[in-house]
Amino acid sequence: MSPHSDYNYRVVKQFAIMTVVWGIVGMAVGVLIAAQMAWPVLNFDIPWLTFGRLRPLHTNAVIFAFGGSALFACSYYVVQRTCSVRLISDKLAAFTFWGWQLVIVLAAITLPLGITSSKEYAELEWPIDILITLVWVAYAIVFFGTITRRKIPHIYVANWFFGGFILTIAVLHVVNSAAIPVSMTKSYSAFAGVQDAMVQWWYGHNAVGFFLTAGFLGIMYYFIPKQAERPVYSYRLSVVHFWALVFTYIWAGPHHLHYTALPDWAQSIGMVFSLILLAPSWGGMINGIMTLSGAWEKLRSDPILKFLIVSVSFYGMSTFEGPMMSIKTVNALSHYTDWTIGHVHSGALGWVGFISIGAMYYLIPRLFNRDLYSIKLAETHFWVATIGIVLYITAMWISGVMQGLMWRAVNPDGTLTYSFVESVQASHPYYVVRFIGGCMYLGGMLLMAYNIWRTIFDSSERATTGSPVTA
Amino acid sequence: MRMFHSIWTLSLLILFIAIIIWAWSSSRKKEFERAARMPLDDDQSTDTKRHG
Repeated sequence: MSPHSDYNYRVVKQFAIMTVVWGIVGMAVGVLIAAQMAWPVLNFDIPWLTFGRLRPLHTNAVIFAFGGSALFACSYYVVQRTCSVRLISDKLAAFTFWGWQLVIVLAAITLPLGITSSKEYAELEWPIDILITLVWVAYAIVFFGTITRRKIPHIYVANWFFGGFILTIAVLHVVNSAAIPVSMTKSYSAFAGVQDAMVQWWYGHNAVGFFLTAGFLGIMYYFIPKQAERPVYSYRLSVVHFWALVFTYIWAGPHHLHYTALPDWAQSIGMVFSLILLAPSWGGMINGIMTLSGAWEKLRSDPILKFLIVSVSFYGMSTFEGPMMSIKTVNALSHYTDWTIGHVHSGALGWVGFISIGAMYYLIPRLFNRDLYSIKLAETHFWVATIGIVLYITAMWISGVMQGLMWRAVNPDGTLTYSFVESVQASHPYYVVRFIGGCMYLGGMLLMAYNIWRTIFDSSERATTGSPVTA
Repeated sequence: MRMFHSIWTLSLLILFIAIIIWAWSSSRKKEFERAARMPLDDDQSTDTKRHG
């Protein structure tokens, strides 16, 4: 029997490979713009290479191309295996793959050209937004359709997280992207003023909550038990984790708009719900990490498990930091500084990046029925990337707090102690450190690409089934 | 409208508490234990077929 007759692994393979490819592309753009912050001459006075145009390209590439491909790959893999049934439509699944790749390519063309709706994390113009909607509807049909045909009555918790992610992103995207087109490349938001800002951050924060959190929690709830060969620590906690996230995340968006024209009560609701979020987030973190209880020694020898568990630790760290930063008085210091960038990257590089990398190291050798080419190289990847993250986020913490303090410092006569450019100058060394950290993280991805390449083309066939990778 | 919003919010809170009670009820224990093993058991049904 051919290895792929039971399940549709073709689309999983395609998305898994593109996860690695887009990861490298997106992170390389990130390293370039980090270098531009340290050495502005690196935009070469070419409009297409300026920070303002490449920054959205970086965020779109790492979130939607790298993270999105990982989510498609893992959700298609998990839903088939835990429902014990093939995806309902190979054609529709293929459409989601090629459609999503087209969205990414269009983003890579339009954003450097300066074609943007200027909504953060939703910069793509309306024709691409329509394509995203079509792909997403197809994704929902494939995913939920497969669940309806499941041969196992219980819907495993990872699928609940994937389902919540797919459904919520559909609603967020359609509402926030509502716009009046005036030409093929220009549109104006259907909302105006503070309503537009609120809709934008209702979208923006829930993109964090459902795309970058719920979706990747789906990955956590399948791949950690799988790699640790132990069931999840508490299944009932995972159920409550899911519903608590769904009930509270939706309200947290206003914390992006503290001290703006947004009504004060809305800001306070955003802050309170952000603080409440700490509970489910840490419940989930404990659930993920404690899955390993009684088998901690596996962590010593298994880099894949290291990626997964350290990822969940970063999830805990950044979901502690987030609520703290949503407190208005803390936000008064942190907002608009590099602290925010540090916070986002501890979540992005640590949590989302590491869980995706861990899942791909698990997934790709199995999909191609090969042993991972080099465990040692994966171990090196882990350490290089971890040190890279630590450099990145500590540099941004220091730079951010320093900026916040400098901006608010006043002389006895009420004048500002520092001009803005003085704070920029003070940040320079930290921008260099951030660049080095970014280079290390990208370097780790290149090691991964080499390792995966050798795995697919040179490695020996997997001897055993179901056991963790040993080589 | 305001009344509707209050009732809606309150019912969601009650629903959430009901979910917690449901999840921790002893009648769920057995099925959840089985459910937690789902990812670990999925190899047997397919991988053996794949390589068999």
